[in-house]
Amino acid sequence: MASVLASDGPASPNGPAPNRPADAGVYLRDTVRTAVKLLVVGPFAVGKTTFVGTLSEIRPLRTEETMTQAGALVDDLAGVEGKSTTTVALDFGRLTLSDELVLYLFGAPGQQRFTSIWKDIAHGALGALVLVDTRRLDQSFEVMDLLEELRIPYAVAVNTFDGAPPFPPDELRDALDLLPETPLMSCDARDATSSTRALVTLVEYLLTRTQENA
Amino acid sequence: MSADRRLQGLVRPYVVTGGRAHASRNTFDAVTVVIATREQVAGLSPEKKRLMELCRGGALSVAEIAAHLSLPISVTKVLLSDLVDSGHIATHAAVSHAARPDMKLLKDVLDGLRARL
Ligand SMILES: Nc1nc2c(ncn2[C@@H]2O[C@H](COP(=O)(O)OP(=O)(O)OP(=O)(O)O)[C@@H](O)[C@H]2O)c(=O)[nH]1
Ligand SMILES: [Mg+2]
Repeated sequence: MASVLASDGPASPNGPAPNRPADAGVYLRDTVRTAVKLLVVGPFAVGKTTFVGTLSEIRPLRTEETMTQAGALVDDLAGVEGKSTTTVALDFGRLTLSDELVLYLFGAPGQQRFTSIWKDIAHGALGALVLVDTRRLDQSFEVMDLLEELRIPYAVAVNTFDGAPPFPPDELRDALDLLPETPLMSCDARDATSSTRALVTLVEYLLTRTQENA
Repeated sequence: MSADRRLQGLVRPYVVTGGRAHASRNTFDAVTVVIATREQVAGLSPEKKRLMELCRGGALSVAEIAAHLSLPISVTKVLLSDLVDSGHIATHAAVSHAARPDMKLLKDVLDGLRARL
């Protein structure tokens, strides 16, 4: 088994595992019957990988997809000869929520040109947490547009970076052009309680929407 | 195929999947959970043997298998759909793809998250 579970290479972006809950081995419990996913999205260096790593019970994992520059997924080379390709990395982590239920968190880059991998990962996602940095709010617009296009409901979490200007929530809502119903909170992606609270707020919102639409 | 392209990593996915397009790969989601259902791996390609070796240990999602084997998710789906066809792998946990997620599921997710606070 050790040979396939390489401890280095692309599968381990963050080095040795910090302490994880004792029962969190590589494998899922045999009793798991439902898997759900949430997306953690936002621009470059906003804290996606940190957020996933803070909450994951397994060492965060990474996969890489090869895409053409035009954004098509490459799973064989037919028709790709001569086209330039690019690599898109996805980080993800796992939270076992009960004997039957497991949640996966996918940290996905926000750039629109990666649309087809986005569609693949976003398909079936319950919702998304959009991380923003108040020093560069404009960089979050693209990913919010993409979520709206794909009809993925989202909440917004402001990662509190040192030296970032404090923003009154109302001004922030205006600047980000949020719907009145969209949850807006602050969050420290390095802190487990703060990150869990952000997900709780997101899922509470998802539940409210579902109740209203029922 | 040139050595250059091989170095750029452009060859590998094609070789691994045999260069075939599979319609059935679309039945897998990145979080579909699979388990091995057969011990016998004779006749499988080296990549499929590695996959079976990993999956023999227990249930894993497609994305986890991809990451542990350092393969793209898209390629892993192609390998898995072959292995389902040949009876080596079975889907173990469903993913809800309903346009509107059901409330029971969302409540269970919420309870699970709140229990961590
Ligand atoms: N102060 C503060 N720093 C943070 C927070 N979240 C992440 N960081 C730091 O910001 C840097 C970037 O975080 P990453 O998690 O790598 O960001 P990312 O979004 O995954 O970045 P890319 O994958 O490169 O787009 C790291 O040095 C983190 O330690 C936060 O909530 N507060
Ligand atoms: Mg990252």
